[in-house]
Amino acid sequence: MVRLWWQGLVRFYDEMYQAPYRRISRRAQRRQDDLFRLMVMSESLGIPNPVSFYTLELMPFVLEDFHEWHQRMGMEHSPLEGFRCC
Amino acid sequence: MTSWLMALIAFVVFFLGYHFYSRFIAERLFQLDPDYRTPSRRFEDGVDFVPTNKYVLWGHHFTSVAGAAPIIGPAIAMIWGWGPALAWVLIGTVFMAGIHDFGTLWISVRNRGQSIGAIARNVISPRALTLFLLIIFFLLLMVNAVFAVAIGTLFSTFPESVLPYWLQIPIAIAIGFLVYRRQWGIVLPSLVGLAALLGLVYAGTIVPLELPKEMAGYSSTAWWVLIMLGYGAIASRLPVWLLLQPRDFINSHLLFVCLVLVYLGVFIGQPEIVAPMYNEAVPDDAPPLLPLLFVTIACGAISGFHGLVSSGTSSKQLRYETDARFVGYLGSTGEGLLAVAAILATAAGFATVGDWNDHYGTWAQASSKGIAAFVQGAGNHVENLGIPVEVATTFMSMMVVAFAATTLDTSMRLQRFILGEIGRQYRMPALGNINFATVIVFLSCAALAFFADPNNPGAGGMVLWPLFGTTNQLTAGLSLLILTLVLWHLKRPIIFTLVPFLFLGVMTAWSMVINIGGYLADGNMLLLVIGGGILVLNVWLVLEGVNALRHSREASEMLDMGDG
Repeated sequence: MVRLWWQGLVRFYDEMYQAPYRRISRRAQRRQDDLFRLMVMSESLGIPNPVSFYTLELMPFVLEDFHEWHQRMGMEHSPLEGFRCC
Repeated sequence: MTSWLMALIAFVVFFLGYHFYSRFIAERLFQLDPDYRTPSRRFEDGVDFVPTNKYVLWGHHFTSVAGAAPIIGPAIAMIWGWGPALAWVLIGTVFMAGIHDFGTLWISVRNRGQSIGAIARNVISPRALTLFLLIIFFLLLMVNAVFAVAIGTLFSTFPESVLPYWLQIPIAIAIGFLVYRRQWGIVLPSLVGLAALLGLVYAGTIVPLELPKEMAGYSSTAWWVLIMLGYGAIASRLPVWLLLQPRDFINSHLLFVCLVLVYLGVFIGQPEIVAPMYNEAVPDDAPPLLPLLFVTIACGAISGFHGLVSSGTSSKQLRYETDARFVGYLGSTGEGLLAVAAILATAAGFATVGDWNDHYGTWAQASSKGIAAFVQGAGNHVENLGIPVEVATTFMSMMVVAFAATTLDTSMRLQRFILGEIGRQYRMPALGNINFATVIVFLSCAALAFFADPNNPGAGGMVLWPLFGTTNQLTAGLSLLILTLVLWHLKRPIIFTLVPFLFLGVMTAWSMVINIGGYLADGNMLLLVIGGGILVLNVWLVLEGVNALRHSREASEMLDMGDG
């Protein structure tokens, strides 16, 4: 009973803390993620990248939500020649 | 009347308002549909649109709308007696604020979660959006100046609150760091932080911190104003998770603690009301009750700022349309309770009429010392609970300062965004520079705080309060006008929004004419220009609204009528 009550309190507190600023913090996080994704894929997009040897390894991690990203950036279809997500 | 009876009447009136009137509004006017797919469910993205539990949403809606303003307004309006102030808060909350907050939430939900400004563009005209943004800009400018002055006044009057207020900042930063960087849960850090803050309140009574009464020809209040605006400028540059978010969270605890303490103090101590019910000996320099009462108490009776919160964030998180009644109407009722607490503190918080008169001898005194009267009076009520009066007044003072400082931080951020928007629109890239925009915001707010009252630079900024209230009510009037137009097109009863709109329209225009007359007589060109500008916007907006009535439009153009 006490445990359930405590869990309810924790959930309520967490929501009360996050809800008013969720929009701002998620947007800030998304901006950072977008910048990171751009750096990782810069070579593929035609931007010279002196450390592409290293960022290439990170490619698999950013491809998962690649489709959502290019649509958000205003590109209706995939800008990558060799990667057609849509 | 005794103070506990006043509190009881307020509770009963608000309960009846929520139980009967808001249900009537929900069923007859807005015809809430439990099956309607709200924007939070239709566009759920985890960022902007997130279905949220109605109790959580009510909590953050209420704490977003309730701040220092519903305390300052009634504390100043007490100069006309507690009767008019109480009547306006009760009637305003039940018949105007409730329907305004509830209505703006509903109309935003039925417009894909758009803000009230964007809805004004659809319902009235594209020009209405521009006028709306201009009014918001003036509103923010005055919020910053007025709240900085209120904080300065409290720091000078209650130096005990300086230490706990400033040490609240590292506590908030520690909470933000633990939650975001260390991934701690929020319960433990916030409860420990709150306990530490209450300990610091006690420490503040032992170590009061004061600035010299005068430095370089300016009073300590004026220096505090500059310091607070400087603080606001710096704080508004920090990431929200670091300071604003945790401090806002602590403040929401302080708000509930304050309400509980004041009402408990009133019911247990049952202090006598010493202030007159209707003050027949109003000082000569005070403006007439009619219409100034209705703009002096804006937040607490009806406030346009609430519409920005309802349509800006709450509407995107409302899970069911039927929750709008609970979140919107009850949110405004919560603020009404805070305003009644301010009336109780300033009407029954003093031992004798003489003590009360010390704060309300002149209009200038009421404006500058009204907030101090609240702190003193509320502290006296809390003393009835066995808490030493010094600790209680320090707590109240720190709480009001914390509310005002958080608003200052948020408002300076918003002003910077608006400047950036103007810069993009008119090709002035410098305004988009975050540092440059921050400096501009700081200078404009400081200039307003220092030049608003040339006889008392810095400390005299509370003369802006009636102008701030008028602008706030004007924003509320615009929201009510939009609601009326939509209901008219839907062929539903409009009397319940039209009457509050007409009332506010007349009162704000009348107040502004009186304000402008006063500025003209005093030769205060700055306020004359600002007041004149706002009056022009007021008239212009009403004309735009009347013009919109002439255009026959389909209701579906203004409202999503489908089931989502």
